[in-house]
Amino acid sequence: MSVHDYIRERFFPHMWCAGCGHGTILNGLIRAVSELGIRKRNLVMVTGIGCSARISGYVDFHSLHTIHGRALAFATGVKLSRPELNVIVPMGDGDGLSIGGNHFIHAARRNINLTALIMNNRTYGMTGGQFSPMSGLGIKASTAPYNNIDNSFDVVELAKAAGATFVARTTTFHVNQLSDLIKAAIQHNGFSVVEIFTQCPTYFGRKNKLGGAPEMLQVFKERTVPVGSPKKQEDPSLMERGIFVDIDRPEYCDEYRKLIERAQEG
Amino acid sequence: MSENNIRFVQGNEACAMAAMYAGLDFYAGYPITPSTEIAEILAERLPAQGKKFIQMEDEIASMCAIIGASLTGHKVMTATSGPGFSLKQEALGYAIMAEIPCVIVNVQRGGPSTGNPTQVSQGDVNQARWGTHGDHAIVALTASNHQDVFAMTVEAFNIAETYRTPVILLFDEVVGHLREKLVVPEPGELPLVERLHTSVREGVNYHPYLPREDGRLPMSDFGGVHRYNVTGLYHDMWGFPTDKPELVEDLMRHLMRKIDYAATSLTHHKAYFMDDADTVLISYGSSARSALALVERMRLRGQRIGLLELQTIWPFPEQLVQDYTKNAEVIGVVEMNTGQLVQAVRLAVNNPQRVYLINRIDNRLITDKDIRQTLRAIQGKGV
Amino acid sequence: MAKKKLKEHVINRHWCKGCGICVSLCPKKVLELDEFDKVVAAHPEQCITCKLCEKICPDLAITVEIEEVEEAKAHE
Repeated sequence: MSVHDYIRERFFPHMWCAGCGHGTILNGLIRAVSELGIRKRNLVMVTGIGCSARISGYVDFHSLHTIHGRALAFATGVKLSRPELNVIVPMGDGDGLSIGGNHFIHAARRNINLTALIMNNRTYGMTGGQFSPMSGLGIKASTAPYNNIDNSFDVVELAKAAGATFVARTTTFHVNQLSDLIKAAIQHNGFSVVEIFTQCPTYFGRKNKLGGAPEMLQVFKERTVPVGSPKKQEDPSLMERGIFVDIDRPEYCDEYRKLIERAQEG
Repeated sequence: MSENNIRFVQGNEACAMAAMYAGLDFYAGYPITPSTEIAEILAERLPAQGKKFIQMEDEIASMCAIIGASLTGHKVMTATSGPGFSLKQEALGYAIMAEIPCVIVNVQRGGPSTGNPTQVSQGDVNQARWGTHGDHAIVALTASNHQDVFAMTVEAFNIAETYRTPVILLFDEVVGHLREKLVVPEPGELPLVERLHTSVREGVNYHPYLPREDGRLPMSDFGGVHRYNVTGLYHDMWGFPTDKPELVEDLMRHLMRKIDYAATSLTHHKAYFMDDADTVLISYGSSARSALALVERMRLRGQRIGLLELQTIWPFPEQLVQDYTKNAEVIGVVEMNTGQLVQAVRLAVNNPQRVYLINRIDNRLITDKDIRQTLRAIQGKGV
Repeated sequence: MAKKKLKEHVINRHWCKGCGICVSLCPKKVLELDEFDKVVAAHPEQCITCKLCEKICPDLAITVEIEEVEEAKAHE
């Protein structure tokens, strides 16, 4: 099937701004599911609120556009009640890690087979460019006019510590890696997290004088290196891309099946 | 009825048993007093039937998880108490907007805030009505004894499936924790409503939000042949967001009317000694037990007093209350709050000046003596 | 032996928002924005069919259509 078989074409052109990286993530995600050849009736996308959340309207899957921060909680209900479905949960950085931070760590702890994508543009775009838990120190935002003093999370470390069994990171510049990592995350049996650096030229870029989308992508290219690259030793401020964790641990729905067997023997 | 069907249980257990009788497939919850027994019982019994119980990380997640599970075609429930009920409100509104069948139990305790987790109150009556933001209709049922807890819990599932709506079971600590006899109905004894699935075949346009002529909206399970969108935004008949004024108005009217127009069939109540009553007590939940005790005692003394026990609180059964209070000289609303349902009663009756609040707000069960004392004051007989 | 050769850049002008990402990142400078800020394949003959533009386009507006040709023919 082609990419276009997986989208709801009647809603295009989409509502994201010119140059917004979210469209590139949609692009990479569709290529991933298309290459995996997953039947559309077996795909569920669950999203929260924000620019990122609108992605569920554009895919021709079962789509569940929910409330702010709670996508993983809804997705847990979908998955546990029907484990044979592939459940993909794209979230924004504010959506998934601020208001939804608790659900993020607990879904990881359970190791339930959901594919969590953190579309990290370091801002709340839908509401006009406020700082997020991923903005980082010194950043300008509409709610940080004197530069941000809030520390940011490291999503990879957070996901690892919480128990995610597949953890990866890439950017909207690295489009082949983007679809490859989403593919690997979907195929992984357990809670998988892919953090994707994505550009918001409208707010984050403009407020921080980072240029337009092409310039912001150039930064993703220059300021990231593959996992284990010696360049990281020379310059610790570089961000690593690739797979950080890929381990087998008992998956929640599998364990639930065994729990039912025990309860029925009992 | 066989002896094997007789149990001595808590109200919370009656609720859990009734949910399973109704076909509960999926429960998500978070521990909170005084509702926790419902979760504990279901954690044991659901997996034994091959069904799912999950303890989520918080109350919000529990409410969200049952909505997700409902969409895959399952009967779902969560249970909580005061603070947890507050936390569930946003997702409850989502279930109203997206028309997701689900049952939410609130075993009421003292409040606001932490109040008193282990004592009784009926302070969440108006929260059940207006807890979530925005204009909406809601169904809330209650019960005063375990046989009715069982019946109303089954009815809650039936209403949820029939009208594609969340249904609130507004119990209270006394009913939840009290132990008394329950005769468990035989399978088939109480009617059950199953999920109405669309007959639209694969490849043919299915409209998840287009009501049939009878007002019902057939569903298609996630994982089934129809792929559609579910959102908390105003949406069209396909479930896709819209801001067209005419579609928004249609949706809002549909959400209100599907409950309001069904109010009569949603109304459940019990009338005790109401035929010639000139003093009418209106109550619900555990306070109705005390009211009934008083009514029975005063009847023995020849006083014309009756009790209208409401089991459907929302939508408020206006017509029923109006009919039963037409000739009443005194209408006493017995509840354990500072006067919540009494407001709805005053709006419904022809003679609001005869409506009195008979209450107790110290987190203790109102007694028949409390009610009698207030009644005497109302009737000018001194206390 | 078959080799990949460009057939056509199919550009959905209605979907293109003119962000210029493809123009700036194309390694062979095949693409340009026209006077309406819509992308056009100005130099298709330079295309090496890497598909970067198709994969990175946030508007899903570009499809690089490729045909397989015999190696010998490709050198003609």
